[in-house]
Amino acid sequence: MDTARVPIKKINRQMKLDSKIPEGPLAEKWTKHKFNLKLVNPANKRKFDVIVVGTGLAGASAAASLGELGYNVKAFCFQDSPRRAHSIAAQGGINAAKNYQNDGDSVYRLFYDTIKGGDYRAREGNVYRLAEVSVNIIDQCVAQGVPFAREYGGLLANRSFGGAQVSRTFYARGQTGQQLLLGAYSALNRQIANGKVTMYTRSEMLDVVLVDGKARGIVTRDLVTGKIESHAAHAVLICTGGYGNVFFLSTNAKGSNVTAAWRAHKKGALFGNPCYTQIHPTCIPVSGDHQSKLTLMSESLRNDGRVWVPKTARPGLKAKDAANIPEADRDYFLERKYPSFGNLVPRDVASRNAKQMCDEGRGVGSGLAVFLDFSDAIKRDGKKTIEAKYGNLFDMYQQITGDNPYEMPMMIYPAVHYTMGGLWVDYNLMTTVPGLYALGEANFSDHGANRLGASALMQGLADGYFVIPYTLGDYLAGLSPEKVTTDRPEFKEAIDKVNGTINKFLSIKGKRTVDEFHRELGLTMWEFCGMARNEEGLKGAKKKIQALKEAFWKDVNVLGGSQELNQELEKAMRVADFMELGELMVDDALNRSESCGGHFREESQTPDGEALRKDDEFAYVAAWEYKGENQQEVLHKETLVFENVKLTQRSYK
Amino acid sequence: MKINLKIWRQKNKDTKGSFKSYALDNVSTDMSFLEMLDVLNHDLIHKGEESVAFDHDCREGICGMCSLYINGRPHGPQQTTTCQLHMRSFKDGETIVIEPWRAKAFPVIRDLVVDRTAFDRIQQAGGYVSVNTGGVPDANEIAISKKIADEAFDSAACIGCGACVAACKNASAMLFVSAKVSQLALLPQGKPERKERVEKMVAQMDAEDFGACTNTGACEAECPKGISLTNIARMNREYFSAITTSYEIELKGGD
Repeated sequence: MDTARVPIKKINRQMKLDSKIPEGPLAEKWTKHKFNLKLVNPANKRKFDVIVVGTGLAGASAAASLGELGYNVKAFCFQDSPRRAHSIAAQGGINAAKNYQNDGDSVYRLFYDTIKGGDYRAREGNVYRLAEVSVNIIDQCVAQGVPFAREYGGLLANRSFGGAQVSRTFYARGQTGQQLLLGAYSALNRQIANGKVTMYTRSEMLDVVLVDGKARGIVTRDLVTGKIESHAAHAVLICTGGYGNVFFLSTNAKGSNVTAAWRAHKKGALFGNPCYTQIHPTCIPVSGDHQSKLTLMSESLRNDGRVWVPKTARPGLKAKDAANIPEADRDYFLERKYPSFGNLVPRDVASRNAKQMCDEGRGVGSGLAVFLDFSDAIKRDGKKTIEAKYGNLFDMYQQITGDNPYEMPMMIYPAVHYTMGGLWVDYNLMTTVPGLYALGEANFSDHGANRLGASALMQGLADGYFVIPYTLGDYLAGLSPEKVTTDRPEFKEAIDKVNGTINKFLSIKGKRTVDEFHRELGLTMWEFCGMARNEEGLKGAKKKIQALKEAFWKDVNVLGGSQELNQELEKAMRVADFMELGELMVDDALNRSESCGGHFREESQTPDGEALRKDDEFAYVAAWEYKGENQQEVLHKETLVFENVKLTQRSYK
Repeated sequence: MKINLKIWRQKNKDTKGSFKSYALDNVSTDMSFLEMLDVLNHDLIHKGEESVAFDHDCREGICGMCSLYINGRPHGPQQTTTCQLHMRSFKDGETIVIEPWRAKAFPVIRDLVVDRTAFDRIQQAGGYVSVNTGGVPDANEIAISKKIADEAFDSAACIGCGACVAACKNASAMLFVSAKVSQLALLPQGKPERKERVEKMVAQMDAEDFGACTNTGACEAECPKGISLTNIARMNREYFSAITTSYEIELKGGD
């Protein structure tokens, strides 16, 4: 389509986005870069203060590692303990190019799989570094006492995951995220005990403070007392995860939010590729209007389960009646359309096809579900074998739905799971604001338009353990170690603004709850900026979000006071940011009139309905600049340079 | 289904709390317990009443944040977390009593929200292996028998929710502390520090006002992750061995 007609596509030529990817051959970039980075004298490290916001894999590993180096760290989380961060919920595993299985893995292969899996929308330099340090992560975690799965000989076990052709995934049963986070949490605890990290729990960051254009601190709210506090430092690290909860229903924890990242964006940090969202195909479907979150079932289920819907619409078909549908009347649509990959097509493809079946009216249950059937596998391998492989998942499914998947098919539907977009960062993980960094899912950097399974844990820990300890020093070495204090007018200004927002919310006294607005925002985002997007829908969604935002600020009802634990107020502040982010996601999806990875524009598909990239037009990172309340954000482009891989169209036929 | 609720309401840690009764008549059996509370809070706000504060986050049974004492049992009638409990576990017309965790070491912050930072302080006292980032051996240089690794994993599966403390008549934290002590005592990585670790963690546990363990086993029976009482036995052994064979005695060759 003619993108020139899209009015939002303005380019501000003032700002040059410098990715700071080092020169030289791919395999030497990081090593050379590490040598070229400036160092902070060991005696001077104790003079520098660093703020880390968020204590998931990225935040906890960064705070611990920086404390070990000698910096003074202040770490913040909104939960009651750093151990609760949502990294804890990751199930499957963590990739690393160890090649312990002698099956042909290498740093280059992990790099290549990640670039290709991301549909060629990530930077080669970043992804190669990620693959390179992946091996160190496993060593580090084992040294901490993380109980990874092992073989009988005592060495580490691996499994293949997410369609990879090698076994490079390390795991701790179905609780890998938990074990890795508890490892990072233990390292963090050690630094807290040593006095190098001061931990602030039940504290939410509400603004970044800039002094002379540099990040110099943050403003937080103590969620127990309601006290607004300011904290000064030489650098600020945003490690606050993704923004999937903009959809209200997602597999994210209820508290996961975009607020820290969004406030950073409003203070000048560009936001990269906001429209890149990963929709996971195997989640438990919505059961009613009361639904508060969605539960993911590991995609390993697709190894043995067969996905199907009836050939002709059977509205309201229940799982217990599925056996009555004769074989000839069933459509195993993934096997039919993708004979070589079958039920194992990548996440984005599996999700889109399930949606398509339901759009045709062939969904089962509520109409927004497809069957995932294990009856053939049970017949073939026996119930015992299936139980050994998936017992915990089958139990979880039964606990939530009340249906027994050994006797009837599961019902599944895709759900929002991960966001590849985030704060734009350079190779040093610095945003466009000097001294302000973003790590883990909060940044946009390594997964392109689609993340591979078992790669989120890898990236969070790579950034925190092995990248930021080097790159932060380079920035700090150029600063005066003079103490930064909160007695600057910029801090007072930020505090006043936060107080103003809080007072505004408490004074609206409208008629609708925060959740009602959040649900409505979520429905709009899911319908028009979810698994499939088109120009008309996106344009309509933008208007809807704007109207909803206006209604929100007039009619939301936030009871209680500001000087106490007030969960409604916490939610209101987060939803306000989700509304603004939602609008930007729509802008970004509208601008990117190609399909790539998790972003499917209906206007850009191959004759047989597959995603069609337009590399000539869109091989760039879209980085958006905030321009003020209700102003159109401005697009900046960072052209992606591919020196090592050849761009090809993905095919799973 | 219809249900009646008796919920502990308390403005903050300094005020006295009391039970308040609520009725809900449009509860679906498919709802999770926390979704039922979402519905209650929605109704309360529309009536101009402040919502009931409760802790929750992942709603997948792994973060350990949810912490409700339901009908006299931590996390309610099933051995799972509150967030994984569904309304089909209750009867139509039933009265459900909801309280916060009750323990001196877990003071109430508001309504059903309690302060569990004592758990973090116990972990900070020694729940780690003292290794810095970098400079560690290759992961496969440390061979660990599968049996030991699996056993260590079972201990490490603790989610730190505090149900063990809430279930215990003495509000003892022994199951929680022993799970971490066991994990690191079992693994070779944890061996060099095993003596100081157990001594320091137990000392911190005592300083936090948790009660003594009388081996009643309520903690294991209510633990949503099935952490075994064996951990407590192992910690007791570790502790006695540490205090009777401290490094000083070992280095000097005994008294």
